[in-house]
Amino acid sequence: MFPEAIAAMTEELGRTGNPSSLHRSGRRAKRVVEESREKIAAALGAEPSEVIFTGGGTESDNLAVKGLFWERRKADSRRRRILISSVEHHAVLDAAEWLGRHSGADVCFLPVDANGRILLDEVEQALERDPDSVALVSVMSANNEVGTVQPVGEVAAVARRHGIPLHTDAVQAVGQLPIDFADCQADCLSLSGHKLAGPPGSGVLILRRGTPLTAVSHGGGQEMGLRSGTVSTAAACALGVAIELTTERRARTVERVTALRDELIDGVRRAVPDAILRGDPNPAGRLPGNAHFTFPGCEGDALLYLLEARGIECSTGSACQAGLPRPSHVLLAMGVNQTVARGALRFSLGHRTTSEEIRATVEALGPCVERARLAGLAGLPTGAR
Amino acid sequence: MRVLAALSGGVDSAVAAARAVDAGHDVVAVHLALSRRTSVQRCGSSGCCTPEDARDAGRTADLLGIPFYVWDLSERFQRDVIDDFLSGYAAGVTPNPCIRCNEHVKFSALLERALALGFDAVCTGHYARTATDPQTGLSTLHRAADQAKDQSYVLAVLDPERLSQVLFPLGDTTKSQVRREATERGLLVAEKPDSYDICFIEDGDTRAWLAARLGHRPGPVLDVHGEQIGQHDGAYAFTIGQRRGLRLGNPAADGSRRYVLAVDLPRNTVTVGPESHLDRRTLTGTAPSWCAPVPSPGARIGAQIRAHGSESPGTVEVSQGHVTVHLDRPVRGAAPGQTLVLYHGTQVLGASTLVLPGTDRG
Repeated sequence: MFPEAIAAMTEELGRTGNPSSLHRSGRRAKRVVEESREKIAAALGAEPSEVIFTGGGTESDNLAVKGLFWERRKADSRRRRILISSVEHHAVLDAAEWLGRHSGADVCFLPVDANGRILLDEVEQALERDPDSVALVSVMSANNEVGTVQPVGEVAAVARRHGIPLHTDAVQAVGQLPIDFADCQADCLSLSGHKLAGPPGSGVLILRRGTPLTAVSHGGGQEMGLRSGTVSTAAACALGVAIELTTERRARTVERVTALRDELIDGVRRAVPDAILRGDPNPAGRLPGNAHFTFPGCEGDALLYLLEARGIECSTGSACQAGLPRPSHVLLAMGVNQTVARGALRFSLGHRTTSEEIRATVEALGPCVERARLAGLAGLPTGAR
Repeated sequence: MRVLAALSGGVDSAVAAARAVDAGHDVVAVHLALSRRTSVQRCGSSGCCTPEDARDAGRTADLLGIPFYVWDLSERFQRDVIDDFLSGYAAGVTPNPCIRCNEHVKFSALLERALALGFDAVCTGHYARTATDPQTGLSTLHRAADQAKDQSYVLAVLDPERLSQVLFPLGDTTKSQVRREATERGLLVAEKPDSYDICFIEDGDTRAWLAARLGHRPGPVLDVHGEQIGQHDGAYAFTIGQRRGLRLGNPAADGSRRYVLAVDLPRNTVTVGPESHLDRRTLTGTAPSWCAPVPSPGARIGAQIRAHGSESPGTVEVSQGHVTVHLDRPVRGAAPGQTLVLYHGTQVLGASTLVLPGTDRG
């Protein structure tokens, strides 16, 4: 978290007042929340009335996918299809599949190319096959594992032609890519505080004015009745501060992080010549802070241990339940086979990453990969060696 | 030493890891994800490897201040333990899945991977002791001090090299001491119930589990004269020595209890009869593995054929690829596929797979 966001949050935690209350301290808290709402709207090219505070990216995704589906289905019972990219985050993927099991939805997975980018032709075909049966389309702005940036504008244009709402999970993208909600034609957009150096456990759903949505949780009717529950003034305040700082510093941070990322990619390729960069090889087509590789013959979790023993923390894919390693659905959707997908390592760079850290990582990687290969072989059945 | 401690999420492996840390080793913890199951919490004594167990293992590592990882060995477990168990039953033999797991997963896949990553040994919460033979310098395996918890039987397939790469810190302790120690150390799993049953059969109903996978294959239940006296749903589900679940309405003519005497898979028959027919004085095993010098002909040994069974004294003959044991007193219910483990005093000599007398059928 930015120190400024921590300061704003802790200061606010020391004050009293429920932003839904009508008394003086309530009104004060309300003012803080509304000021923050305005900051967030300004940073993203949205209007304050389009900003809904939630408890995080996952909650925003669930609200968007379920809320849009139920609303559209209610308006027209033929609208049962949900079109989502096959590389969505589980917050979208599992919400859609849940609707498939419990709400009669028919989930249609849109394929991606070998770089993880959605195929526009396929989106068009899927829509045009029977546009009246589609409830919503959901395509992430940029992939959380391999960093590939999706052509959300183009997808939105296609969806809009057929009058179908588009949700985009922008949790990874906000802060790293310029986002202008007014421009992008999406109908709703999810973001998460912790990806913006803001508070974990805070998020926002930007919902285009006039887009009908059914609420998922019910209660006090806060956030225009779309997200009941007391808004955390402290979290909202800190999120506003973080998003403002992120926007202000983005150009400089992105330039710095991109250079470090490219240094890392070059270094990894030198240290491990057969490592394969996953996601878009064109630096402009991927998130500035993302480098993702598969290392043939290695198990990602063995690499993780070996690198951590040398003080380098990275991840095998996305942080998941019980830390249980599974081949990533993103890599599989990109056509990577199961065994190769197990040797995945994702490096995330942020505003605090230094050139020394990149050098240390590259230096450690060669011997770690060598060792992990021995261990990888040890894990295989005798016949497969 | 650099030690990789396997944490199941239970009390034994937790105390074992704590003792390894106390001994001054550089310890890293790993939890093995073995079965791909759906339930989140563990119920009763059955099962392991739930997210709850993974969490308990992780919290134990937190308390011990050691790094913690989850390794997915479920493919190996599926193939070498679950599939092996299923194909064993389908072929009419009775494999011990815990032995397979120790042989192929814990002290093979896990150990090899640990060694490749630079560890010197794997530490587990098994109740057994290792020592070094002063003459040969080789590692040896012995029964645990706690007779009731002794697990040397399921470890008897390890060779001296493997035994030199494992740590069993609980070998000289009783279970009640381990629980007391866990409480004293503030380990949250101190009161967690023991697991007994086959871990991948969640509800403990082995027959239903087999039936769901091997199907309904009705056939006759025969008496010792070959007369049909009942029907079964699949001969694969029966084990020699089994008494329950025969579903024979009428009692035997002499009123005695009836036991499964033979299972013939090709003919899909189950033969039942009196307990006395189960007595075996001679046991034959195939493919022996040794963790001590091969016993000389006629050597006095103790033989054990079940994990929780007792030891029967006798003599042993070892010939090419076979072990024959002549027992002083007969044992009951020896079934092909079971592991025959030989002891000398507290020391484990080796293990072998039982075959039907006079045949090689495993």
